Amino acid sequence: MDPVVLFFLLGVTAGILRSELRLPVQVYELLSILLLLAIGMKGGIELARQPFLELLGQMVAVVAMGFILPLLSFPVLLRFGRLPRADAASIAAHYGSVSVGTFAVVVAYLGSRDIDFEAYMPLFVVLLEIPAILVGIVLAKGLVGGERLRESAHEVLLGKSIVLLVGGLLIGWIAGADGLAKLAPLFFDPFQGLLALFLLEMGLVTASQIGTLRRYGFFLLAFGVLTPVFSAMIGLGLGWLLGLSVGGAVVLATLAASASYIAVPAAMRISVPEANPALSLAASLGVTFPFNVLVGIPLYHWLAGQLYALIGAA
Amino acid sequence: MEQHPRRLLTIVTESSIESHLLRHIERWGAHGYTITEARGKGARGVREGNWEANRNLRIEVVCDDATADRIAAGLREHYYDNYAMILYTCDVDVLRPEKF
Repeated sequence: MDPVVLFFLLGVTAGILRSELRLPVQVYELLSILLLLAIGMKGGIELARQPFLELLGQMVAVVAMGFILPLLSFPVLLRFGRLPRADAASIAAHYGSVSVGTFAVVVAYLGSRDIDFEAYMPLFVVLLEIPAILVGIVLAKGLVGGERLRESAHEVLLGKSIVLLVGGLLIGWIAGADGLAKLAPLFFDPFQGLLALFLLEMGLVTASQIGTLRRYGFFLLAFGVLTPVFSAMIGLGLGWLLGLSVGGAVVLATLAASASYIAVPAAMRISVPEANPALSLAASLGVTFPFNVLVGIPLYHWLAGQLYALIGAA
Repeated sequence: MEQHPRRLLTIVTESSIESHLLRHIERWGAHGYTITEARGKGARGVREGNWEANRNLRIEVVCDDATADRIAAGLREHYYDNYAMILYTCDVDVLRPEKF
């Protein structure tokens, strides 16, 4: 098991045992800023080497997946979860969008196994963050225009994760690998260490969700485990169709499987206020994030290996 | 020194609606506000503020009676149903009435 995952387990354990351990809010903020910028810049460096037009097809396909995933989980939440429409729409939006934390873990996972992947993947993180939010709002409210939509758009597009990821992509793209070599000691070399601390805090927060989970019971648990596996298969299939490497397909599968717990909760709170935020956060943070980190990513890696061995690269 | 009576409104609520709420409060006539981060327990359970999607604020506004009533009515209409929010008021005295 990767050491960063052990840090996550330490956080969960300390949280369950009600330890006093806490990362100061400012430290957590700094960690997430460093991770987002590092991820963005890595992607930007690679993006500069790619003919942008050739990526356009992949980008369109990935955005389409972002629109489709929430449409698939919404009826399940409505029918089998017997959830109110607003809650179902909000949870569907969480699961259609992505978690940058989970992305960082899969990057570390592949890195420590020397498995290559298309390094421009951070671009897909940005592209996948937004469509599901729009779908969620439409599912909850119908086709709304005007102020509400404008406010959510502002909330999402100028939220921390998009600004830092897009900013990092642009900086990496403009400065290139040589230009950014000077920044490596802060952003790239300590990536695993920063991620370990970040995951320690995530473990503590995950543990705090267990109370809510107990209240909402079995459906949320089952949904939080089965949805990522199902979505990962879609991501894997799409990765194969787009001709990605095995590593790239694992990353895309992980992105499809991950559920948002920062950008989407904030957007849903403004746009769909009647949805219960405790419900969606308990599922994405309390079930799906730990599932992906502990079980999901190795599973998607194994599945990708099987798929590519069986039918070969596209 | 002459003292002037004003009202102090204290709002405790979710930080996710901060920018939204502040725009409303200014539109309803407040000249300013003070914000501090908050943690606590209420009707919606313990709000530890341990997660960035889950933080809380305490917003204080000093204003005249009419503005205080307008803000209270506005909050009841727009926010009480769907957000974790409490509001209480008390009477305070200020030295520089033109500021409030």
